[in-house]
Amino acid sequence: MTSTESLIDRRQLAYIASQAADARLNVELETEGMTLNIGPQHPATHGTLRIIAHLDGEQVVWAEPSCGYMHRGYEKLTEVRTYPQVTSLVNRIDWLGSFANEVPFILAAEKLMGIEAPPRAQWIRTILFELSRIANVSLFLGDLGVQLGAVTPVFMAFRDREHVLNLIEGTTGGRFHPNFDRIGGLKDDLPAGFIDETRAVMKTLRNFCTEMEDLLFGNEIFQSRTRGIGVIPKDIAMQYGLSGANLRASGVDWDLRRDQSLPMAWDKVDWKVWTHPDGDSFARCWIRLQEVRESTLIVDQLLDNIPSGPVMAKVPRIIKVPEGEAWVSTENPLGEMGYYVVSKGDLGPFRTKIRSASFNNISIVPWILKGVYVPDIITILASLYFILGDIDR
Amino acid sequence: MSSTDTPIAEIPGDTLRERIVDDLRTYIGADLVDSLVKPGDDVWVRVSTDAWRRAGVALRDMGFEYFCFLSAIDWMPSPFGKGEDDPTAPPPERDDTVRQGYAGGATRMQVLARLVHPTLHVGVNIKCDVPDAEPVVESWVSVFAGANWHEREAHEMFGIGFAGHPDLRNMYLPTEFEGHPLRKDFPLLARMVKPWPGIVDVEPMPGGSADEEGDAE
Repeated sequence: MTSTESLIDRRQLAYIASQAADARLNVELETEGMTLNIGPQHPATHGTLRIIAHLDGEQVVWAEPSCGYMHRGYEKLTEVRTYPQVTSLVNRIDWLGSFANEVPFILAAEKLMGIEAPPRAQWIRTILFELSRIANVSLFLGDLGVQLGAVTPVFMAFRDREHVLNLIEGTTGGRFHPNFDRIGGLKDDLPAGFIDETRAVMKTLRNFCTEMEDLLFGNEIFQSRTRGIGVIPKDIAMQYGLSGANLRASGVDWDLRRDQSLPMAWDKVDWKVWTHPDGDSFARCWIRLQEVRESTLIVDQLLDNIPSGPVMAKVPRIIKVPEGEAWVSTENPLGEMGYYVVSKGDLGPFRTKIRSASFNNISIVPWILKGVYVPDIITILASLYFILGDIDR
Repeated sequence: MSSTDTPIAEIPGDTLRERIVDDLRTYIGADLVDSLVKPGDDVWVRVSTDAWRRAGVALRDMGFEYFCFLSAIDWMPSPFGKGEDDPTAPPPERDDTVRQGYAGGATRMQVLARLVHPTLHVGVNIKCDVPDAEPVVESWVSVFAGANWHEREAHEMFGIGFAGHPDLRNMYLPTEFEGHPLRKDFPLLARMVKPWPGIVDVEPMPGGSADEEGDAE
């Protein structure tokens, strides 16, 4: 542990020294600052995140993201809808891994009602959850290439993500917004032939991961643009509430799939939580690559022994949730996604606080972009990985 | 449902949460107003308004270093209900008593935050009352840097001030926006101008019994 910490220290020292040298030069030459406006529409930003960066030469003096271009007010909307109607809202938060957004909300409602989904439903939920993660993060890996000027990876990512989307579509009927999770279970059972097809797709995805590892992560340009760039130390990551791969890339061994007990099937299979000591852009991307591969292995193991039985518990047709408060969060593709649901014994929630991963992950941007060079803005943002809907909600 | 009340201390996994409350009490004393431990589930504490920042520091020192979120709850029932009233009929009578949730409370609005212990994997939900007359609490930015954006969001959505926050600009809304959208007395205009078609969703099906089993669509 001490060796990894000293590695971060050494990098930071080198970084501070380079900044000091540049600052001296700037004083001597009396340069003037310039404000660069990236976005809201810019090819290098995903969606409509606007970043205002004040530059001194090639270095960022301060940078500030400006959010709200996609604010849809889901917290307010949940207050006027019934519990079953909320899932169709929340699966639009992180639209690349929609099913994963529904699960924590449904689990929170089930917790308040004191019911649990049947084992088969828990199993299928976990499979679909992991499929969402694979679909989401494999697109990230492709997109990462685009951010760095490589065009091929994104085509590979779209090619192989398609198989996963087909599986999700075959089961739920929706490619992007499944709205498949119900209080007490699932809408339907798995379609015929799902298991064999999924096995084949998981194999394809593992090949995709290996391909990516060779093509992108082994690439010298990729490494030189991400290694040692945008280092987030452990304590800063914790303070800002970073989660998911961003947190694990800073050396924190913490995965909500493993470290809390939920009525899901992750504890029934054997898998590994990946961490990386460096905390730089490379570490964040590398962790995500490993997690896609790990997810395919989780799905494979889950397919081996899906329990039989119903996929829906006995729940009343009109769902009233007893008075109380509940917090449930899960390890979503982007990080910790949680819902704080307050119920007053009504048909709909009294208040829902949606804690989305990207909001916290992006709140570190003003800190991390301070002092970096302009081209690194893009790689750091890409490695932090956010979905606009997940920031603005 | 059996009515046998199991003593809380006998349920495993809960002594840990009881200890968290006791530990916090040694730090902030009588400023810990109320607490609730749900065995094996979660823990809620309510601190006095003056001790909000002190409680954050105390929990951080106790090892709750992971900042999960900070938000607020408006406990007043909405005067508009679910926005499904008939605009031509006189407004229905609604119960407008303010009832707070777990760990009690005395004011209409409460600030709510969650901190997590990174190695024990146990979280704490911490609440404090926001004075009705002057809705201001201390800022947590100097304790958890990540509270910055969350406080900006709570400020624009609930109109709660955070003393000591460096820059309480709007997070999402335009600067000139009037009102605080997540307050319960802020109407959801989309519901006001057009009846909500989703209301049929929860009406009993013709000929079907109300507690019939099946999917909820």
